Amino acid sequence: MKILVIVPAYNEELSISGVIQDLRDNFPQGDIVIINDGSIDNTSAIAKGLGAKVIDLPYNLGIGGAVQTGFIYALDMGYDVALQFDGDGQHVAAEICKVLDRFGKEGADLVVGSRFLSETGFTSSVQRRLGAIILSLVVSAVVGKRITDTTSGFRVYSRRAMEFFANIYPEDYPEVESVVLAHKKGLVIAEAPAEMTGRKFGKSSITMTRAVYYMVKVMLAILVDLIKKID
Amino acid sequence: MPVDIVQIVSISVSVSILVAVIELVRRNHLKERYSLIWLATAVVLIVFSVWRTLLHTIAGKLGIYYPPSFLFLLAICFLLVLLLHFSTIISSLSENNKRLAQEIGVLKIRLEAIENTAETRQGVTE
Repeated sequence: MKILVIVPAYNEELSISGVIQDLRDNFPQGDIVIINDGSIDNTSAIAKGLGAKVIDLPYNLGIGGAVQTGFIYALDMGYDVALQFDGDGQHVAAEICKVLDRFGKEGADLVVGSRFLSETGFTSSVQRRLGAIILSLVVSAVVGKRITDTTSGFRVYSRRAMEFFANIYPEDYPEVESVVLAHKKGLVIAEAPAEMTGRKFGKSSITMTRAVYYMVKVMLAILVDLIKKID
Repeated sequence: MPVDIVQIVSISVSVSILVAVIELVRRNHLKERYSLIWLATAVVLIVFSVWRTLLHTIAGKLGIYYPPSFLFLLAICFLLVLLLHFSTIISSLSENNKRLAQEIGVLKIRLEAIENTAETRQGVTE
């Protein structure tokens, strides 16, 4: 089974080498491809210096467009499974096996690694927690299955899921929306616990007003996805 | 029906629009498929400026007291449709543009891989 690890990276020069090292040490069975989403720093040069495969996008497409590029590449190169793993260092390569395990057991098309299912839990601001809970309730109700971590970018995709997402992948809130679209398509969705670290570099700029505004926009996006025609 | 200055001006403006649209299409500055809506507009304008009582008749039938406001209504509706049409074009252009960027990225890395193997092979034969 050929596995491709898709690492979307936008201006991650501080963390990209650590991510590549972590993946090589703790998940050597997967090939790595870095999707450099039009970074203006040294992300691409650093990754190439480490001998990693890097797809340089000519301009910034956003996380959705970057991950979708990974699906297109994976399909072109005949990979059976794709794994999405953030380039900012918040995901832990040692956790991949747990998510892959669930993937194999459930015959799922999309497995989401959830920080809220892991034993150590996850500490974050009130706004984030509240937002995550509301999103989880809405998405779970829509797909008829409990999804605790809707915004997690730690995911495993089957070839069927890749084929679907290579064609349509949401751009605005890709993590949340892709779960809804996958459900509409009839893909099997599952969740597995995955520990994550907090962000190592940079800081979150979320305020209450922004959080509320974000929630309204995500809800609208979900509504639109629900009435969207997919084939 | 006496021909007055207003009519001469409106007819010449409408005809100029028609000529301008045809000329743009002829010089390949405007695609045929986007020109239809403009050609139709020019024709409607010409009809209204030649046959002036038509505007009054239609406005009267619709219960519009002041006939020129019927013209404004038409213009606003037309602009709304046109803007919506443009929005759909922009959406499909940006989708195509994204697709091209993605394909270029994938092609570049695959090309590099081919070049690398070619170089190593060359190194072996030398």
